[in-house]
Amino acid sequence: MVLLEKNMVAYKLQPENWVDQYADYLFNYAVARVSDAEIAKDLVQETFYAGLNSAKNYKGDAAERTWLIAILKRKVIDYYRKINSKKGKAEVRVNYSAASDAEGDWLEEQVADPFSKDGDSSIENEELGLAIQECISKLPKKQSLVFKMKTIQGMSTEDICNELGINPSNLWVMIHRARTALMGCLNQNWF
Amino acid sequence: MKISCEEAAHICNKSQYKEAGLWEIIKLKWHIFMCKTCAKFSKQNTTFTSLCDRAGLNVLTETEKEEMKKDLEKHI
Repeated sequence: MVLLEKNMVAYKLQPENWVDQYADYLFNYAVARVSDAEIAKDLVQETFYAGLNSAKNYKGDAAERTWLIAILKRKVIDYYRKINSKKGKAEVRVNYSAASDAEGDWLEEQVADPFSKDGDSSIENEELGLAIQECISKLPKKQSLVFKMKTIQGMSTEDICNELGINPSNLWVMIHRARTALMGCLNQNWF
Repeated sequence: MKISCEEAAHICNKSQYKEAGLWEIIKLKWHIFMCKTCAKFSKQNTTFTSLCDRAGLNVLTETEKEEMKKDLEKHI
């Protein structure tokens, strides 16, 4: 029993690093599901709180991030429950029966369109986003910061230089290193 | 007209953010025409840009993260 407790101490969470390490990853995950940045941000914040509160339940059988994602999943579900109960009811729409008197190949029309790749590709794009985010989190802090500001926030070179107090050639060197590292990382994990 | 591979990489990176000038791009194209290594790098770099676009990445700004951290520290 004592041994077990000793083992459990080894799996300690590090909440002080959570924001730096996982905030963007969780945020991407949440945005893909609720498609609203503000709500997604709140959900991430709530996930961190919930993580803190149940930190004692963390047994170390999953990586910290996986564990946090599991909490976030619940938060997303809770969010949808809440907005649905506000409306008072979940809407169920069955469109087809209303138009069922339309003549022709109605059965064939209900079959999934083999040429529509929308569903697949949006799932794939989300996974790609998470894969890139994971690679970004492995970069040195300054590089990942510059890369994110430039590529994702789309800030101008000048603004970034002013904010971080670096000169443009500095910036491009960091961008180059970040991009090269990310390409290598994606090559391993994505393709 | 002749540029080094480092310069080519620099222009290539800039062009990923649409910050390379026309003359720079001409020089880059000429370099790529002759240098297989840079041609490969340029192709990968462009692919990577399109992947980033496709992935629709989102990040929290640094200020937002600072706020989050402060908020979280209160609860630790």
